[in-house]
Amino acid sequence: MAKYMLIMRGTDASNAALMAGFEELAAQTYAYIEDLVKAGVFVAAEGLDDAARGVVVDFSGETPVVTDGPYGETKELFGGYFMLDVASKQEAVEWAKRIPSVTGSKIEVRRVAGDDELPEGIAAAAGAGSESNGRS
Amino acid sequence: MTTADVEAVWRIESARIVAALTRFTGDFALAEDAAQEAVAEALVSWPVESPANPAGWLMATARRRAIDAIRRRTALRDRHVLLAADPVLVEDIDPDRIDDDILALMFISCHPVLSREARVALTLRVVGGLSSEQIARAFLVPVPTVQARITRAKKTIAAAGVPFELPPAGERRERLGGVLSVLYVIFTEGSTATSGDRLLRPDVAYEAIRLARTLAALQPDEPEVHGLLALCELTAARFPARTGPDGSPVLLADQDRRRWDLSAIHRGLAALVKASARGLGPYGLQAAIAAAHASARSVQETDWDRIVVLYEALGRVAPSPVVELNRAVAVAMASGPAPALAIVEELIALDRLPGSHLVPTVRGELLARLGRGPEARAELELAARLCTNERERSVLLRKAAALG
Repeated sequence: MAKYMLIMRGTDASNAALMAGFEELAAQTYAYIEDLVKAGVFVAAEGLDDAARGVVVDFSGETPVVTDGPYGETKELFGGYFMLDVASKQEAVEWAKRIPSVTGSKIEVRRVAGDDELPEGIAAAAGAGSESNGRS
Repeated sequence: MTTADVEAVWRIESARIVAALTRFTGDFALAEDAAQEAVAEALVSWPVESPANPAGWLMATARRRAIDAIRRRTALRDRHVLLAADPVLVEDIDPDRIDDDILALMFISCHPVLSREARVALTLRVVGGLSSEQIARAFLVPVPTVQARITRAKKTIAAAGVPFELPPAGERRERLGGVLSVLYVIFTEGSTATSGDRLLRPDVAYEAIRLARTLAALQPDEPEVHGLLALCELTAARFPARTGPDGSPVLLADQDRRRWDLSAIHRGLAALVKASARGLGPYGLQAAIAAAHASARSVQETDWDRIVVLYEALGRVAPSPVVELNRAVAVAMASGPAPALAIVEELIALDRLPGSHLVPTVRGELLARLGRGPEARAELELAARLCTNERERSVLLRKAAALG
């Protein structure tokens, strides 16, 4: 059992296609969410407003710099997500395949890490740190 | 596609397929066998060649196997003619009907003619889509035991002539209670493993929560369904803090509450609101108690008076010695160990929980708080002897030893 985030990534072309057939896609999405609820795996789903209306807070300098519009030169923009509580990664993938989508869009499937887990690499670094402390 | 991919599709589709096939054939055991044959075929053929539509493939294959089985039964020749005449019946699933059919599947799997073990195994298999191997792993029993339980359960349903339908209005509430108790048995097996060397089996608890969510979606007007769901979500919210790094249990008082799953708490509280629509039933009351813990930042800040009142109410609608014992613990927190000990002594005098390690555990704690060290130690040692969970036992022995 684990939570997975199904992240919707659209391109300019797929977003335009989405807007063209919006009503039909919305109806399919509601039906899809109902399936998720009845399967007992639904946690949350939300769609984001147009990236052009967003801002980016950039920490590259000494103080945060705020710029309008989408993030950098990204070709695929994060447009929304489904959060599912499923038994396996394969199940998350199977549900991702069923998301009502338009041609050209992509779904990224990512597991939500537990609070007792460190991201890969950090755990190893932490282990190495304690080892060197032990030697010194 | 790998075995895990097949299992994933099966998890999503199994209830719909078995429900639709049972409706189609009128024979639950035959439908379940046909569905199992289809998934067995998928495990062989999908790794070689993945179907374009895995869900449709499973349904079509299961349906063909069901027809094969009916053809083999010459006694059902008339029905076979009927099937041949209407080959698209199962492909077109009516979305309104399938919900009722999945509900009927839950009722048949939790039918009172079945033993408790059979209800648990059948529910996990046909509604949850778990394999016999997965169920065996979850309940720490051999695979053939699970298979035998399921085979026997299907024979019992056939022998008793249990119909595949929603229970009539007059029996509906009681039968729904039967379904809820099966889901709760599955949940408690995962949340307080009765045997073995681990305190929690979260995967088992997860299955119960998932099934409770399905039931809540299909029976949205039944407060106790939401009550059970709320209870499971709020209890599971504490799982991340309930065991230490070595797997040993961490008591509520010592848990790092920052580790509680806030998202699960929110889901639980939302379900509790729905459960409260017409006054709380036994599951709703237990959920309200869990909510009182979930909403408190520490043991000291917990509204113990409210918890005592909720246990009193629970003791009236669903009297049980375990509820009395928990009430004693709450009374100890609200008003001190002396009145709590009186409740425990009465339980012992009436021998209401014979052989349970919980009574001497609580009595030992209360005696320790009253400064009666040697008596407390003897009680905790008794509790350790009666306890079947290794992790809990070692905690009890540590506590007894600490009393000197």
